[in-house]
Amino acid sequence: MRYSYQRRTCAIARAKMFPKGTKRKFSDSREEPVAGGEDVNQSSLAAVRMLSSYSLQRQSLLDMSLIKLQLCHMLVEPNLCRSVLIANTVRQIQEEMTQDGTWQIMTQALSAANAAAQCSADRLVATEVLCRQTEAAQGEQVPKPFPVVGSEGCPAEEVLEEEEEAAAAEVGMTMSTVSPQAPTSYLPGTFGMDPCWEEEETGEDDDDDDEEEEEDSEECGSGSEGEERERDSLVEDTRTAEQVFGTFEIKNPAPSPDPALEELFSDVDASYYDLDTVLTGMQSVPKMGPYDLLESLSSHGPSPLSSSTSCRSDLNELDHIMEIIVGS
Amino acid sequence: MEAVSCQCYQFNLLLVMLFVTADIISTVEFNHSGELLATGDKGGRVVIFQQELESKNQPQCRGEYNVYSTFQSHEPEFDYLKSLEIEEKINKIRWLPQKNAAQFLLSTNDKTIKLWKISERDKRPEGYNLKEEDGRYRDPTTVTTLRVPVFQPMDLMVEASPRRVFANAHTYHINSISVNSDCETYLSADDLRINLWNLEITDRSFNIVDIKPVNMEELTEVITAAEFHPNQCNTFVYSSSKGTIRLCDMRASALCDQHSKLFEEPEDPSNRSFFSEIISSISDVKFSHSGRYMMTRDYLSVKIWDLNMESRPVETYQVHEYLRSKLCSLYENDCIFDKFECCWNGNDSVVMTGSYNNFFRMFDRGYRQDVTLEASRESSKPRSVLKPRKVCTGGKRKKDEISVDSLDFNKKILHTAWHPQDNIIAVATTNNLYIFQDKL
Repeated sequence: MRYSYQRRTCAIARAKMFPKGTKRKFSDSREEPVAGGEDVNQSSLAAVRMLSSYSLQRQSLLDMSLIKLQLCHMLVEPNLCRSVLIANTVRQIQEEMTQDGTWQIMTQALSAANAAAQCSADRLVATEVLCRQTEAAQGEQVPKPFPVVGSEGCPAEEVLEEEEEAAAAEVGMTMSTVSPQAPTSYLPGTFGMDPCWEEEETGEDDDDDDEEEEEDSEECGSGSEGEERERDSLVEDTRTAEQVFGTFEIKNPAPSPDPALEELFSDVDASYYDLDTVLTGMQSVPKMGPYDLLESLSSHGPSPLSSSTSCRSDLNELDHIMEIIVGS
Repeated sequence: MEAVSCQCYQFNLLLVMLFVTADIISTVEFNHSGELLATGDKGGRVVIFQQELESKNQPQCRGEYNVYSTFQSHEPEFDYLKSLEIEEKINKIRWLPQKNAAQFLLSTNDKTIKLWKISERDKRPEGYNLKEEDGRYRDPTTVTTLRVPVFQPMDLMVEASPRRVFANAHTYHINSISVNSDCETYLSADDLRINLWNLEITDRSFNIVDIKPVNMEELTEVITAAEFHPNQCNTFVYSSSKGTIRLCDMRASALCDQHSKLFEEPEDPSNRSFFSEIISSISDVKFSHSGRYMMTRDYLSVKIWDLNMESRPVETYQVHEYLRSKLCSLYENDCIFDKFECCWNGNDSVVMTGSYNNFFRMFDRGYRQDVTLEASRESSKPRSVLKPRKVCTGGKRKKDEISVDSLDFNKKILHTAWHPQDNIIAVATTNNLYIFQDKL
């Protein structure tokens, strides 16, 4: 469900805002956006056609970059230059998406999602804790526990596979737009990248935000002593989540050698339903996501798991995004 | 294998030596005479090769280098305060000009620079009065006569001893060191700062460039390389991840944050992409021996700059333009962040740099010719001239050409060095050191 929501949101966003201005070239012989000149039968098809492969490629590049930044602490040799270059790339993409209006559309959708999902106080509570985190981090926070879905060795041509990535990482990205001001406003504000500088160099004392994204995630909910045990369980949860994500990642068939736009999205449509089925099936198995732990540790929250399960039947698609943000 | 098809007619290169190192080679550098060749590796070791004297009389074997000395320069460290491991990998080696019988070099890892003295010992004193030959002390009461100890020849022993340790001056990772032409000072550069040292003084260094922003969130540019001018002891350059080179004059002010010259080529709008900045990041900068030009290496090209013209380079050579359409994949697998080095030949007429698939490229500036060669055991048969290689970019692949998709991106040549006088080159693949020389 969550993947389908993401895609549809983006589809609508891009349908409304066909990218204007100078198109940047993408490498790897990717097709330039098809000039709309084909027959349109249905309005939904028209929306699909408005989607350009450029936007998708840009999105996947953004997601790839965010993942790289998130994982830069796992490099054998921490590399400040590399991180700076990746962060600059992310900034560039975000600037362009802001000019396109794509960025705003997505964040507005998130706001709507948030507003609609007010049925559970637990969610707000968890969000607040998350916001507290973000405040502390003072910047972009792509939570560590969010799994890297198939990013290793994913060939650029397999746009479909990247969409899975994109969806998964978009979720991470949407989280990063949580602003510290209020739980219900998810405006991106300045794209303050504060990735792994501190960890890679050797930690300057004069910097306030010594915390790293990954550290923040690990520290969530506790913030002080006795974090070791919680941190360990978080890590375990991460792995569990990763395994789970790994199992239901849809392995797409080999991409067609000539990806016409229609064909591209016909495959996508099919995957929607596959994913929905699988995801629904998986979600019935109660698993501790990282934010569940966060909630359980929070002084305010009662047992979030049971209440969210009971709400599930009432949730529409928009609520799923909230689930993602606050955990289920 | 014929040499007739060689594009670059000046160079017919023969493999004269192949050395397999224990660890990944991380730096290669000839000394000022070319007699010694130093390599540093990921394990913190330095291996020095010496050109065979006998070979100098036999021109055919000019490039015969043998192991001269091996020593452990840096050890892995752990910074307990920050819980960080400091790698022992040797990032750079720079030789000092020779002043006496001993040789001196600077070697650096991410944090610490060391000055090493390499000296030969081929004699030892014998005939002590108070000591036996094996070193045990004699009972003074048994000494009845006095003799003068004399030097006796012994097997050549090469000793490397650390003479200075320059530590704790860099918060970020050191990427460059460069000895000044005054032979008294040198600079060390990390991602955000450049420090000036006196070779004699280890507890103090002067910070001459600092580009660290007050708020680290605003960091968008880092220093990637730095070098002193070969003749002007007041001048140095440093390159950045945004593709700029700044030339600084130390006479102007103590802190050289204000550059004297800024070298930057305007971006080509037709080639603009999200990867433009990354591929413009300069991985190496080298002055020509004359000091009139400098060369920069970015991901796809080598550029020669005239120090008198800041607006654009005077020459640009494409190293592997066929990769431009593969940038997304190369970004994905991180190859786009590979830092290739470049070097000049002795008379500044040819420049050389590495590529993927164990290819390296030479560009003859005078004759406007270039050649692609391969450093591999398969293609380097003894006594056979290296055959030029060609990458097929599309369409029909000719025989002996290799297609872009068949390139092995794990086989990269990042480090190359050229003998200061002769046509002898050292090319490092992952853990093989190749020495080629010109066929005469």
